[in-house]
Parts: sequence; C-alpha cells; structure tokens
Amino acid sequence: MFFLVTPDPLDPQQAVELVRRHEAGAVLVFLGVVRSQNLGRQVIRLQYEAYPEMAEQVMRELAQEAVARFQLTDVAIMHRTGVLPVGETSLVVAVSSPHRHQAFQGGQWLVDRLKERLPIWKKETFVGGEEWIEGELPPAG
Amino acid sequence: MKVKVRLFARLRELAGTSEMEVEIGEGMPVGEVFELVQARIPCLAGQQLPVAFAVNARYVAPDHPVGPGDEVAIIPPVSGGSGVLPGHP
Repeated sequence: MFFLVTPDPLDPQQAVELVRRHEAGAVLVFLGVVRSQNLGRQVIRLQYEAYPEMAEQVMRELAQEAVARFQLTDVAIMHRTGVLPVGETSLVVAVSSPHRHQAFQGGQWLVDRLKERLPIWKKETFVGGEEWIEGELPPAG
Repeated sequence: MKVKVRLFARLRELAGTSEMEVEIGEGMPVGEVFELVQARIPCLAGQQLPVAFAVNARYVAPDHPVGPGDEVAIIPPVSGGSGVLPGHP
C-alpha cells in the first residue's frame, strides 16, 4: 500500500502502477479535481492544508479496512497540499482487485470515508472573496 | 505539565499561530485542553465551536486524558478532496 501527502503535482499513472498486480483483473483510479463552480460562486483556486503525519495514518487505517471489506488487492492514496488552480488534481485514489465489482465498491467506499476523516482542509478563493470550506466533522475515536 | 497543541485551517488563522504550548494538569480531558486554548484566542473565547480532537495523530473523544509528551491537535470540520459540501448541490 502507498500513502502520500505532498505539495508536488500528483501522478495518477504512478498510483495505477503501484496497485497493478498479476492477480488483480481490475484497477480503478479516482481523481479529485478542483472545479470552477462551488455554492454558486466562480472558484479561482483552492488552498489545501493538511496535518500530514495524521493524514497518512488515516489513509493507512481506511485502506486496511477497505482491503478487508472488499477483498482489494492493493491501494494507493495521494493528496496534494498548497495552492491549486481550477483543473488541478488534489486527490488520487487507486485500488486493484481480482474482479471489477470489488474495485468499484471498495473505491467508492474509500473515497467517501477519506472525505469524512482525512485531516485536510481547503480555503476557497472565489470571485469576490475567500472562505475556509468546512465539511464533515470527523467522528471521535 | 506542558503540552503542544496544533491548530489548523480557520482556527490557525484566528489564533495567528499553528502551534501553542499549554500548561495543564496531567490527565486533563482533551476537550478541557481546548477550552484553555480558546481562552487564549480572544475572538474564540466562550464560543461553541464544532471541532474534533486528535492525540498523537489519532482521533479521540473529548474526554480522552492527555498525558506527558502527547501531541494534541484541534480538528475543524474537514474538507479534503474537491467534492460538494454535505447539504449542498
């Protein structure tokens, strides 16, 4: 398994190659991309801030749970930090599994849990202002 | 004893610092440690803020006791990735 929080541009192909295995007939990759519209506002850029040591720990725990629940073969998760303009990739999640259903279901479960629990925040700069976007309050424990 | 408290995102900006050292009694619940932090940030004092807590990079409940050498982090609502907010289209 592979986990990374980095200010550098993410390479989705690297994530794919990290999870590609002879016993896995399916490789699924998800990209989170900075989009141009949010809450009816025109977005200019996002600034991502992480608690990096904890984020990689949370990635590891959720990946281990996803492997156990969905019989995934391998998982790679990367999250970028710093200032990202519209169109840049902020999140890469790649999973492999023997058959496609496990990869689709496990990949969706993993991305949803990451959004709830990763200690990563974003500040949106839009036409007319800027604001910290506060989403999910992670469950305790 | 002294503990290190890390602050992120909006809380970090309001506090004007990403890290604070707080004097606490050993075993103080992390929720009470945050009350001490709040008291030192004038614009946050007395407010009910939606935050979660981490000790040594793991999520814990507000009653989790803080011991010597622990690293406390105050976790505002998270927003990684790039998807929509809950409750918004």
